[in-house]
Amino acid sequence: MKYVEEYRDLRLVRKISEEIKKVVSQPWVIMEICGGQTHSILKYNLEEFLPKEISLVHGPGCPVCVTSLELIDKAIKIASEKDVIMSSFGDMLRVPGSEKDLLQVKAEGGDVRMVYSPLDAIKLAKENPDKKVVFFAVGFETTAPANALSVVEAKRQGVTNYSILSSHVLVPPAIEAILSSPDSRIQGFLAAGHVCTIMGYEEYIPLAKKYKVPIVITGFEPVDILQGILATVKQLENGEAVVENQYSRVVSREGNIPAQKLLKDVFRVIDRKWRGIGNIPRSGFALAEKFAGFDADKIFDLGKIISPESPLCIAGEVLQGHKKPTDCPAFGKECSPENPLGAPMVSSEGACAAYFHYRKIRN
Amino acid sequence: MNLSCPVPITNYDQVTLAHGGGGSLSNQLIEKMFLAELSNPLLNEGHDGAIFDLPGKLAFSTDSFVVDPIFFPGGDIGDLAVNGTVNDVVCCGAIPKYLSLGLIIEEGFSMEELWAVIQSIGKAVRKAGVQIVTGDTKVVEKGKGDKIFINTSGIGWIPKERDISPKRCRPGDVILINGNIAEHGVAIMSSREGLEFETSIRSDTMALNGLIEDVFKVTREVHVLRDPTRGGVSSALNEIAKSAGVGIEIDETAIPLAEEVKGACEILGLDPLYIANEGKILVILPEKEASAALKAMQNHPEGKKSAIIGKVTSDMPGILRMKTSVGSTRIVDMITGEQLPRIC
Repeated sequence: MKYVEEYRDLRLVRKISEEIKKVVSQPWVIMEICGGQTHSILKYNLEEFLPKEISLVHGPGCPVCVTSLELIDKAIKIASEKDVIMSSFGDMLRVPGSEKDLLQVKAEGGDVRMVYSPLDAIKLAKENPDKKVVFFAVGFETTAPANALSVVEAKRQGVTNYSILSSHVLVPPAIEAILSSPDSRIQGFLAAGHVCTIMGYEEYIPLAKKYKVPIVITGFEPVDILQGILATVKQLENGEAVVENQYSRVVSREGNIPAQKLLKDVFRVIDRKWRGIGNIPRSGFALAEKFAGFDADKIFDLGKIISPESPLCIAGEVLQGHKKPTDCPAFGKECSPENPLGAPMVSSEGACAAYFHYRKIRN
Repeated sequence: MNLSCPVPITNYDQVTLAHGGGGSLSNQLIEKMFLAELSNPLLNEGHDGAIFDLPGKLAFSTDSFVVDPIFFPGGDIGDLAVNGTVNDVVCCGAIPKYLSLGLIIEEGFSMEELWAVIQSIGKAVRKAGVQIVTGDTKVVEKGKGDKIFINTSGIGWIPKERDISPKRCRPGDVILINGNIAEHGVAIMSSREGLEFETSIRSDTMALNGLIEDVFKVTREVHVLRDPTRGGVSSALNEIAKSAGVGIEIDETAIPLAEEVKGACEILGLDPLYIANEGKILVILPEKEASAALKAMQNHPEGKKSAIIGKVTSDMPGILRMKTSVGSTRIVDMITGEQLPRIC
């Protein structure tokens, strides 16, 4: 497969691994932000190529994992209503709410559908004019433009029975929340390549400067990730802290400007509660006032939902990098992919599930 | 869909509740459609069941088929129902002989599509050299089923020298597979409503009794046979590792996988190791027998792309691990739930 195989090249992987070992002189803690990177690190067991000085910490970049329990309970409540078709990406259907998940709502007779694109949800709305079709819009800046586009399209085509329940979250405020925490031990970041494809990387420059951390925009294949780590370690060893772009074949400094314009038009930035972490100021997208007619949060009056999280689950500490999934006493016992207590055990991008499926071999 | 022969029932375009009622319309369905395509002396008896002799030890297996859509690239629910059960019997080391056929049809299902399914069943049993010897048809009200569900059970006999069981998997054995993985699951996915994407990937559904008989011609020492259907290669090998208390190590670069399937999996975020196959078989035998078995498989039309994909070890019992394409090693776990429901 062109443009993929090159970045899974055995010799290149070994070469970069050797370089990292040459450059490193002391322990460093690096966080990969994106769940896609976590998945890749565990799928290819990339830690096998790293010297023991380097610890990787898995960041909060799995949108399914950080969607608040309140919002999931809200989606479950909407999906349970008559005349509603609730649609979302596959992983979202299995995320446990306070009492059940969306698949259980489906088993109880609710109409819950898995789609691959919000545009498929619009198609559903057109095919079912007597139903209210809701798309549970999760994701970071990467998926936000497509979801924004679905709202614009629905408006343009006069599809009035379509709405989205936005749980969009933003990466830079999360990085800032992690860095400003007094117990943060993260010394360098691999930033999420696909988020930066949309947003560019200018907003990371002040973060690197303020908190004196290297931030390297990194891709998702083994060679990408090891190159990202190498660049981060080089900076750390040289006492530098700047933004670097490893993923330059995809990411430009200014990003995708038409997509950014679309986001600005359709969404407004709001404070958002992250599951396991809590409220992060200005870290989410809600629909702008002019699209209120497509905002499921406004269309369905559900009252206030308060959902306490499982006391056994340490998802918040895992997502912030304070603990590894295996530090959790419930890991693999009370909590497994079959019976997840917290969202990171559900999504394939969740750190706990990735650890469960691809845990490295300890001889 | 094969519509080369005209539908033999012309007075009804759709299946009605009466077609499953046991009366004259049921009879018409049996006579004009089922017997027309599946006729053989045992079935033609019209008895409540089939009476027959078989030599030696017997193997017996059953499977139900609810695939959606019922017609997909490379096959349909009819040949899938025959091949699936034939292969389960083959995995017991048996020579499959007779099948039962149970149909649950939703009221309103088109007669034309039913005929296409029955013709496909007929073709598949003739190709596999087995016979449908007993059957049953029920019709449920519209909305209480989904077009057609099929159950088949199969029986076969086991030649004396054969002893096939997952427990016989031993350190020092090697693992062979008869070709590209993940094609059935991706073919179904590409034709599933709401997920359509264009590909030329076809389901690999086929009966493997001919291929495996060729293997038995060159070696008597086959330890395990397993068809990696739902849950894919990873689930099948995980189960074997656990049941035999051995470790299994596979090599990612040795596993046959079509470029197009690889690409589709990348885009959809699926792992081919977890995707269903319907015409693949894992053959586990001692290393010294491997080259003869591999050759026999590669010489058979259903095994041209056969390959040795891994080995059985005494360390890490119960665990399946994989040497990845970048040279590291990781554990390959069982899948949780389904990547996609109703694939067979």
